[in-house]
Amino acid sequence: MIIKQLSVFLENKKGRICAAADLLAQNHINIRALSLADTSEFGILRLIVDKPEEGKKILSEAGIVVRVTDVLSLTMEDTPGGTLGVLRLLSESGISVEYMYAFAGKNDGKAIMIIQAEDLEAAEGILQRGGFQQAEIEGI
Amino acid sequence: MGFVNKEIECMPREELKRLQSERLCKQIKRCYENVECFRNRMDEAGLRPEDIHGIEDLHRVPFSYKKDLRDYYPYGLFATPMKDVVRVHASSGTTGKRIVVGYTRDDLKLWDECVARVMGAAGVTDEDFVQVSFGYGFFTGGLGAHGGADYLGATVIPISAGNTANQIQTMIDFGSTVLCCTPSYAMYLGEEVERLGVKDQLKLRIGIFGAEPWSEDMRHKIEEKLGLKAYDIYGLSEVLGPGVSGECTEQAGMHVWEDHFIVEIIDPETGEVLPEGETGELVFTSITKEAFPVIRYRTRDICSLNPEPCKCGRTHIRMRKPNGRTDDMLIIRGVNVFPSQIEEVLLKVSGDQITPNYQIVVDRVNNVDTFDVNVEMSEAFFSDNIKAMEKLEKSITEQLRSMLGITAKVHLVNPKSIVRSEGKAKRVIDNRAGKI
Repeated sequence: MIIKQLSVFLENKKGRICAAADLLAQNHINIRALSLADTSEFGILRLIVDKPEEGKKILSEAGIVVRVTDVLSLTMEDTPGGTLGVLRLLSESGISVEYMYAFAGKNDGKAIMIIQAEDLEAAEGILQRGGFQQAEIEGI
Repeated sequence: MGFVNKEIECMPREELKRLQSERLCKQIKRCYENVECFRNRMDEAGLRPEDIHGIEDLHRVPFSYKKDLRDYYPYGLFATPMKDVVRVHASSGTTGKRIVVGYTRDDLKLWDECVARVMGAAGVTDEDFVQVSFGYGFFTGGLGAHGGADYLGATVIPISAGNTANQIQTMIDFGSTVLCCTPSYAMYLGEEVERLGVKDQLKLRIGIFGAEPWSEDMRHKIEEKLGLKAYDIYGLSEVLGPGVSGECTEQAGMHVWEDHFIVEIIDPETGEVLPEGETGELVFTSITKEAFPVIRYRTRDICSLNPEPCKCGRTHIRMRKPNGRTDDMLIIRGVNVFPSQIEEVLLKVSGDQITPNYQIVVDRVNNVDTFDVNVEMSEAFFSDNIKAMEKLEKSITEQLRSMLGITAKVHLVNPKSIVRSEGKAKRVIDNRAGKI
């Protein structure tokens, strides 16, 4: 399903991620998943949190550049080839992935994948038809 | 709009020139008698005060320079006994020793009137609430704007610079209708107003901004963010402080108060006076100031004059916005770079989306100049897409290269991370001194 992700601009300087994490912690916002993309000049921190709108407000007010972006989340088998199944399906359907990150879920043999693609709704439909389960924020 | 001294402000130019000539001769004589530095220069040039018969002879008189203020620090250039000096102002400048200027009681009066004329020309009246958010103290901005608003009979709100939350609360609570500060601080206040969503609670209608170069684009953005008309006021401590010139409601150049100041444009290389309309260095002669007069003072501001009559009825000549100070000019890898050029590129590339807040950092590593430009990011522009962000960075780099002919390393930095002091953004950090 399509869920809300926080994308945070990070200047290439020490302590920037820490500052964002600190603000979220102080305001009792729980980080459920996280990924960091970096270039030589700047980074983008991507976060799945339990209260995205509240998180956005808190970070913005502290002068941090942040955006709420839509991403796709789904569950898959935590077994060899689990990731491959998702990728193959998207690739065969002509969907190109912009970025993704995955992590093992709670002890139920499932893993969770977060995907960003150009046509998010098309990707969602394809994966649903392919039998992939959606992951809700609460389940992450 | 409101004249403060209509007879003077609309004086026919021939009459104005006669008045200038008469005042100039007296000032030259006073300075020759009282200021050692000026007397020595005149003697070296083989000139006597009686050789100067009017403004037509001004071009023969030697220039004065900022360096003189340092060499004769603190009171060596004053033309009155110190007991007649009722106020001093000082500025640190970017390099070297600070400079000091002084005012007699009459000097303060003429200063107040000059600032009041600028405010009046912009439409400020005695019914206005003028929030003075220039720094008070040694800096001439705060007390200068204060004096002008007071002269007009407006209600002065002397809040000084800084404490942004308090600035905005004061605008709302006190119903400020006029804001005076630096343009970069106005921009910052505008951003905060936008962020807090309180624009509809403001009563601002006029902004008087100066003490820093700013562009037309910046004017439009400030006007939009704060819901006011933004006017430019020009001045420098050595000549007066703010109020040497200012815009009328035509917003088409700043009227120089020529009954007090003679303005010339010269070729900065040769010192030759250039014809009206040409671009060169601004030079001022203060013909009425008593404590600290300047004769043919080289401002290092690059500018041009517009002698066309103005629709507002004022006859005093207009100067365009200075497009850089010769001492703001950086020479990087042998190329002349003005900070204003960088501002222009940023506005163009961002399509108005990036806050034009930037900082140039120049250093020297292994005999080669390094040139970095930090650009503050804004929420509107930030994208989750790395490719889009890299494209922005690249596009700024390319446009800078095509404008300047050299390559800068562009860094996107956090919003509001570039230090502002007294509301003035520090645009240039040059760490090259002493490095080979």
